[in-house]
Amino acid sequence: MSERYEIDPSDEVHVGERVTVDRYTKAARLNHWLTAACLVLLAISGLAMFHPDLFFLSALFGGGQNTRAIHPWIGVVLFFSFGGLFLRFWRLNLWRPEDGTWMRRLYDVLINKEDNLPELGKYNAGQKIVFWGMSLLILILIVTGLAIWNQYFSEYTTVEQKRYALILHSAAAVTIICVWIVHVYAAIWVKGTFSAMIQGYVTGGWAWKHHRKWLKALVSGKHVDDGKAAPAPAPAGKPGQAAAE
Amino acid sequence: MTNSWTDIKNTDLAIIMGGNAAEAHPCGFKWVTEAKANRGARLIVVDPRYTRSAAVADYYAPIRQGTDIAFLLGLINWLMANNKVQWEYVKSFTNAPYLVQEGFGYQDGLFTGYDEVKRDYDRSTWNYELGPDGYVISDETLEHPRCVWSLLKQHVAQYTPELVSRITGTPKDKFLKVCEMVGECSAPDKTMTSMYALGWTQHSKGSQNIRTMAMIQLILGNIGVRGGGMNALRGHSNIQGLTDMGLMSNLLPGYLTLPFETEPTFEKYMSTRGYKPLRPDQTSYWQNYKSFFVSFQKSMWGAAATAENDWSYDWLPKLDVAYDIIRAFNLMFEGKVNGYVCQGFNPLLAFPNRAKCTAALSKLKFLVTIDPLQTETSRFWENHGPHNDVDTASIQTEVFQLPSTCFAEDDGSLTNSGRWLQWHWAASTPPGEAQRDTWILGQLFTRIRDLYRQEGGAFPDPIVNLNWSYEDPDYPTADELAKEINGSALEDLTDPADATKVTLAKGKQVPSFAALRDDGKTACGCWIYSGCFTEAGNQMARRDNADPDDTGIYSKWTWSWPVNRRILYNRASADVKGDPWDRTRKLLWWEGSKWTGFDVPDIAPTAKPGVVGPFIMNEEGTGRLFVRGMMRDGPFPVHYEPFEAPIANLIAPKIRGNPASRVFKYDWEQFGDVAEFPYVATSYRLTEHFHYWTKHAQINASLQPEFFVEIGEELAKEKNIPNGSWVRVWSKRGSVEAVALVTKRIRPMLCDGKVQHVIGMPLHWGFIGETKKGYGPNSLTPVVGDANSETPEFKAWLVNVEPITGPTPVA
Amino acid sequence: MTTFEYELPNPQTEDVKTVFGQQDLIRRSASTIEPPARQLTPMAKLIDVSKCIGCKACQAACLEWNDKRAPVGENVGTYTIPPDLSPQMFTLMRFTEWINPETDNLEWLIRKDGCMHCADPGCLKACPAPGAIVQYSNGIVDFDHERCIGCGYCVAGCPFNIPRISKTDHRAYKCTLCSDRMAIGQGPACAKSCPTHAIVFGTKAEMTEHAETRIKDLKSRGYQNAGLYDPPGVGGTHVMYVLQHADKPEIYADLPNNPVISPVVNLWKGAAKYAGLAAMAGMVAFGVLHRFVEGPNRVTPKDEEEAKQLTEDPRS
Repeated sequence: MSERYEIDPSDEVHVGERVTVDRYTKAARLNHWLTAACLVLLAISGLAMFHPDLFFLSALFGGGQNTRAIHPWIGVVLFFSFGGLFLRFWRLNLWRPEDGTWMRRLYDVLINKEDNLPELGKYNAGQKIVFWGMSLLILILIVTGLAIWNQYFSEYTTVEQKRYALILHSAAAVTIICVWIVHVYAAIWVKGTFSAMIQGYVTGGWAWKHHRKWLKALVSGKHVDDGKAAPAPAPAGKPGQAAAE
Repeated sequence: MTNSWTDIKNTDLAIIMGGNAAEAHPCGFKWVTEAKANRGARLIVVDPRYTRSAAVADYYAPIRQGTDIAFLLGLINWLMANNKVQWEYVKSFTNAPYLVQEGFGYQDGLFTGYDEVKRDYDRSTWNYELGPDGYVISDETLEHPRCVWSLLKQHVAQYTPELVSRITGTPKDKFLKVCEMVGECSAPDKTMTSMYALGWTQHSKGSQNIRTMAMIQLILGNIGVRGGGMNALRGHSNIQGLTDMGLMSNLLPGYLTLPFETEPTFEKYMSTRGYKPLRPDQTSYWQNYKSFFVSFQKSMWGAAATAENDWSYDWLPKLDVAYDIIRAFNLMFEGKVNGYVCQGFNPLLAFPNRAKCTAALSKLKFLVTIDPLQTETSRFWENHGPHNDVDTASIQTEVFQLPSTCFAEDDGSLTNSGRWLQWHWAASTPPGEAQRDTWILGQLFTRIRDLYRQEGGAFPDPIVNLNWSYEDPDYPTADELAKEINGSALEDLTDPADATKVTLAKGKQVPSFAALRDDGKTACGCWIYSGCFTEAGNQMARRDNADPDDTGIYSKWTWSWPVNRRILYNRASADVKGDPWDRTRKLLWWEGSKWTGFDVPDIAPTAKPGVVGPFIMNEEGTGRLFVRGMMRDGPFPVHYEPFEAPIANLIAPKIRGNPASRVFKYDWEQFGDVAEFPYVATSYRLTEHFHYWTKHAQINASLQPEFFVEIGEELAKEKNIPNGSWVRVWSKRGSVEAVALVTKRIRPMLCDGKVQHVIGMPLHWGFIGETKKGYGPNSLTPVVGDANSETPEFKAWLVNVEPITGPTPVA
Repeated sequence: MTTFEYELPNPQTEDVKTVFGQQDLIRRSASTIEPPARQLTPMAKLIDVSKCIGCKACQAACLEWNDKRAPVGENVGTYTIPPDLSPQMFTLMRFTEWINPETDNLEWLIRKDGCMHCADPGCLKACPAPGAIVQYSNGIVDFDHERCIGCGYCVAGCPFNIPRISKTDHRAYKCTLCSDRMAIGQGPACAKSCPTHAIVFGTKAEMTEHAETRIKDLKSRGYQNAGLYDPPGVGGTHVMYVLQHADKPEIYADLPNNPVISPVVNLWKGAAKYAGLAAMAGMVAFGVLHRFVEGPNRVTPKDEEEAKQLTEDPRS
């Protein structure tokens, strides 16, 4: 029961000189990066239409008309792409008692003092907030986005509804960009994180340090590759290098 | 129009009844808004529907269609009873004081002399009592029981406000309010203008509708004055020109008349056209009839028309009956017509009872249509599903379509409602194979003449002798025709007092019809247009809009018939002594020795006041409240119901329609009655379109794309017809499907205690053009015309209506 | 020679210099511009609803002049055709059948709808594309279709619901006050075509003065509440109405009573614009600051060892 909420069935620990832990499948990574690309493109194209000083960004899309035309379509792709992420990850992002503790000790998090923090599953409360925040904001963005997508949906809303849709869309977009900044910075801040979304695995030490409960659950749940089954997904040296960086 | 469009700005009160000027004449209507904005003029609209005109009116009163005469006779009754009469005008300038001969009478809706079988009157009793000197006897006190005024008073007495309201459906308070507003214009310095159009003419008593208002205008002293008059708003840019040029089956140009069979000789013809004055020293201008007629004959046949052959009188057709369009199509329907040349006309949508029109056209051997546009008439044989459901294979009529030009592709003149002949220049070349009408007719004529020359034929004389002296006989130009219409001297004209003094050299254009002669020395195509293209040049092309004293006369802008007179009967703008009734709106005045002013006087400039009456086209010189034998249906107007009416005639319950209207047996059998068809329908134009033309223009089509009928909210509720849904409307003669436009602008009326619902039907749709396919009201309308002009009764007939789920699908 | 008041000139046949242009802009969407060197006389179109007969000549003239064609549609039970403004139809006669509760008389109110050319234009405020919407010092608010991106923000910005976005070329369209005609000394095509002079054009001062005479006339006809519609909420407009019932503009097919740029739009295009940028910048700044103060969070060899031990723990 609890395992279901701590680990993904595809997560696996690889025993060896350096322990590595599979964190994201190839599909999940592709899904993530597609979503990420969409979000970045949406942010750029959206900002071009949000503030006059940023209108120059529309040049990246071949001008204002193209920016206006392509932005909602990217949004649709993002919506479905993120939908995939949502289906993959929602269970693991359910709120757990330790998340409350973690949040209360957020200051320790910020000053890199993890000793005071509880052991965490696959995601910490910050990641969960990013996840649920993104989910909610994308829902708001897609609904308000459809309301202001004149090309196809102008007849379905009143002008007054469009006005509220526009301001909500803008506010949600600003918020999601802020959330995105947190998300990206966190990955930069916590070393060893990028490899999860690039190669798909983290080092055992990373898992031990940041998501010990997850690691323990994998080990106790026999999600362990002792080298007798398929070969390790990557040369042993690489994760080590990443971890040593 | 007695006045002109521009003169309407001078009025104090415009009454739009029998028309919808804002809708059908938006450009002319600007002069009403000018009068309102600058003079504080008021506008009354009396109409079955709350129209676009009503939208800008100061007062609107509803009326059931076809009851205008009851309304107006009631108005005369009210004016007389309330002393709202311009007495000096009535006594001096109308025939109110003249005695009518004994034996004349009126009872139960009929005058003396009625023949029920012939549906016609012996009009011999409808005449004045003449003295031994041949002049009419008059009673200046207006008290003699047989004077016109007394007879009129007696005639209108029964039209009380209560009865008027029962007949017309106009609430009594609204009728009385209109009476009061109109009554104010009996003051000599207040004028009312009457603006009407086909809302009055398209009735079986159309002429009398107009006449009744003309009588009111005489009683108010509003004829011949600025801001007054009887102003017919003509429905086409040149329909005034059509009647002026005599394009009626019984007319010659300039309102000369074609002879009847009963007038086999010129002498006999002229014997009834002497127009001897009925008052001492009166000018009776029709006394010049012979000059006009002979000059016309000379323009027709040139040197071949001589004194010896009575100016070729024998070459004119002699009518047995008038061949108006209703008769022509009835003959066609009976299979008695071989060919029909249809020039600039779309009878399949314009003539009543379309089913009968289709049947009639199907019996022709050939049909020629000359039109700039594709017309339904030229495609009458083509199946267009429910919109023209004919069996093409069974129609053997051979159709020739000759494409002609639109106004902007041609030079020429258009005569507007105000009798202004306005020259226009071609702005564009005709598309494709289209040719100007003059080219088409020139080609036809020279070919036909060649055939007659080669083969002789039964009666070649009028054709082979026709004067056709155009530079290119195959292609007469507009200038040549205009000059011919104006007229010229065929020989040197000399001063009657001094035979050596040449007043007009041979070959010169005549300056006006005053120069026309009855001795064959002048030719003139249309005497009333004489002066339009003189030695001074093309007067119709003048474009100087100078208007001294802001009178609205614009005497240097184009040219107006007759002799550039802008307001007819303008002598009546001044009192008997010659002083203007209203010094702020002077038109003409007597300056001790002559008449002067802003307009061309219609009496001789030196005719002393008090001698020559202003109405010089009448033998008596006065305006006629009682008309002698000229109207077929009565010397006074009478209220007659339309032939299809929802209630019986309250003043003469036994009479159906106008008793003097001619009705063919087939058409009589096609009349419906109220039990089967409980609603009264009327037809009309919309601003967005012009007849059946603009449905070919994309922009017009986009602004009014689809056929609809207008139904009041009450009837729609009763019949469960939601706005924008589809309905079927049908009469005894046909059925149409339309979108229902449910409106507050049509409210039910209470007539003789019964609720009457009106259904409105605009007329712009057919089965060809840019608009959606639709129907015309003529699919439903009855075949009966005005007793005098045979204008069809398009404004009042009976229908039924029901909701349908949608239009019949096109197979 | 009699001329009507405010008669518009006939077209010239010779070349003429334009009387105003880019140098006369006082506002330009999504841009800041220098105030112009000169101030043009403010112009205005006055639509006298009481003189309008609903003939649609203005609509036809508008289509002709702008070389647009509205599709041949259907009749849906109204004279208001097309049923709405469109990228082709910049002006529209809106017909309302109104029963005056005071007199129980029907009044057929016909209002020519179209861009009001607000002094404070909501469309321009909302527009994100630099120069796509401009305002000249004579009052014209014009769309530059070359610069329009088709986002539809102008629709949301407009308090009168006027601009329409083309589904084919994805650009916003509305009445230009015939800026191209005005630039060569002519008036708007609708005013030129209006047969009853219900639409007149001149300086705003003249039009206001003319409206006074019209209001006086209407009051003499019993319209006690006749008045001029020049709503101050949008700084006044360069298209004004004379209304018989100026106290109830909403009876004229929902003409807004006291229109203003929506507070939502003001917030969106005002505070939100800056707050949004500030928030995003704030987040970045926080990250940078944190990075410098706290540095990265690194996994230690001890952690790796712990993990190894865990995986090798026989109990697991």
